[in-house]
Amino acid sequence: MAIDTTTVLKIARLARIAVKPEECAPLAQEINGILAWVEQLNEVDTKDVEPMTSVVAMELPRRKDEVTDGNIRDAILANAPEAEAGFFVVPKVVE
Amino acid sequence: MSRLTDLSLREARGGLTRRSFSARELTEAHIKACEAARPLNAYMAETFDQALAMADESDRRIKAGQGRLLEGMPLGIKDLFCTKGVASTACSKILKGFKPPYESTVTAKLWEAGAVMVGKTSMDEFAMGSSNMTSCYGAVTNPWRRKGDNRPLVPGGSSGGSAAAVAARTCLGATGTDTGGSIRQPAAFCGLVGLKPTYGRCSRWGIIAFASSLDQAGPIARSVHDCALLLQGMAGYDRKDSTSVDKPVPDYTTVLSGSVKGLKVGVPEEYLVEGMPDEIDELWQKGIAWFRAAGAQVIDIKLPHTKYALPTYYIIAPAECSSNLARYDGVRFGLREKGGDLTELYSNTRAAGFGAEVRRRILIGTYVLSAGYYDAYYLKAQKVRARIAGDFREAFKQVDIVLTPTAPSPAFGIGEMMDDPIAMYLNDVFTVPASLAGLPAMSVPAGLSGDGLPLGLQLIGRPFDEETVLRAGGFLETAAQFTAKPAWLEGGHA
Repeated sequence: MAIDTTTVLKIARLARIAVKPEECAPLAQEINGILAWVEQLNEVDTKDVEPMTSVVAMELPRRKDEVTDGNIRDAILANAPEAEAGFFVVPKVVE
Repeated sequence: MSRLTDLSLREARGGLTRRSFSARELTEAHIKACEAARPLNAYMAETFDQALAMADESDRRIKAGQGRLLEGMPLGIKDLFCTKGVASTACSKILKGFKPPYESTVTAKLWEAGAVMVGKTSMDEFAMGSSNMTSCYGAVTNPWRRKGDNRPLVPGGSSGGSAAAVAARTCLGATGTDTGGSIRQPAAFCGLVGLKPTYGRCSRWGIIAFASSLDQAGPIARSVHDCALLLQGMAGYDRKDSTSVDKPVPDYTTVLSGSVKGLKVGVPEEYLVEGMPDEIDELWQKGIAWFRAAGAQVIDIKLPHTKYALPTYYIIAPAECSSNLARYDGVRFGLREKGGDLTELYSNTRAAGFGAEVRRRILIGTYVLSAGYYDAYYLKAQKVRARIAGDFREAFKQVDIVLTPTAPSPAFGIGEMMDDPIAMYLNDVFTVPASLAGLPAMSVPAGLSGDGLPLGLQLIGRPFDEETVLRAGGFLETAAQFTAKPAWLEGGHA
């Protein structure tokens, strides 16, 4: 299942990471190296094995659906690269 | 009196209680040591003013007879912990300048216990690495040097800054986090004790997430007792972390009896890996002999899926990281690069902000979670992970604790192993299995390599049985009599 530069571009687009054309081939090579290495997992018989999704066998705790925090707009915006009038600023999304 | 920075945390506590010195004097001594150790680059931010204010508060408390568990103890805090108003960046360019408006649960608990923060310690970017080489603030130098060789060595990673800071006596202990070995391997590389608690023992709230099903906070210190004290201050249920476990925190220091008589110690043959230096195997055998001589019962066990732990980890951890790191988008915090539209802004920001290893893991994670590959990679890895956890469950029917080496080599040189990601990943071959199974595990310095570098042995325990890990660790520490000091303390790195 070797991946090519087209696949690298596709993954990079999904991950929202800009990749320069000249970076694609080395990235493909690195990723292929790692994917070839993890192929060995196919040696393991996992028939009837439940995937492990949690380390500790416990029910996810629930709480009442009520507000426990809030009214901290300025604290939330304090680290924004660009904020204005109580909002995060981004490039225009809707034409 | 010896230098205040040479005291263990336990001794410093005693000294403060007896009023042999003040918390301010203790903190000032460590600040001086921090300043002298700047060439090691262990800290990415110094918080000396804050430290002195905290120390003064400790002095007030001690005077009033209200000293707490870690009153006046100067600590280093890994840069993965959010600390209110103090730079918290995961040593990534993408978070440069980020100052959280809140405090992580673990650090909040440490401050409530009276501890003093001297600074934030460097780490591999987003805790991804085993050398501290991927920090955006540059390499950290290990206080140790090979005998007769002055080339700088890595402190291990990802909690490499924490380990270097403690080994260089710039703080009495430090926090680390461990996802696949990031507390234990740097502890081993720097001749320290490092404890990764059971998953769920310490709250993950406010710790910048890497791989959420694996991340766990823990202490790095110069003795087992010091680690027990620090864990005491860090552990406990937190409703803000849904995977935090609501179990009482025992008094960890009372379990250090030193006796291992009748303890069943498991030795897994699968940890004898190809290419491992003889001296590591010899140290392991020595460790086994110490336990046996003290009346422990040594039992050969099988952990048949050990060799699959690393490849399993390198599917699960990148998958979780690709999801967790999606939040760095240049909008709400950290770095922002310009883009014509929103997607371009995201992509340019993330390309500029993430280093090569982080980017590689995000791409792999994205791939193994993508349509058509999810079952073949991610689901398969989760199933193998279940087999690995099952191996340990079986083994712990027979034994109380598992003894292995911590790392397959001593500290290596700065710049080595950077070309081949898989060679770097192999550093964690002995630490990753316990991480996947969520088990408590500790590295204890147990001897020196032929060229004079510290080597660690690892103890892995049953879930939430940090007590047995600490008890066995305390025994190992006494048996090993590890007293060697890093070159940094013996006249520095000339």
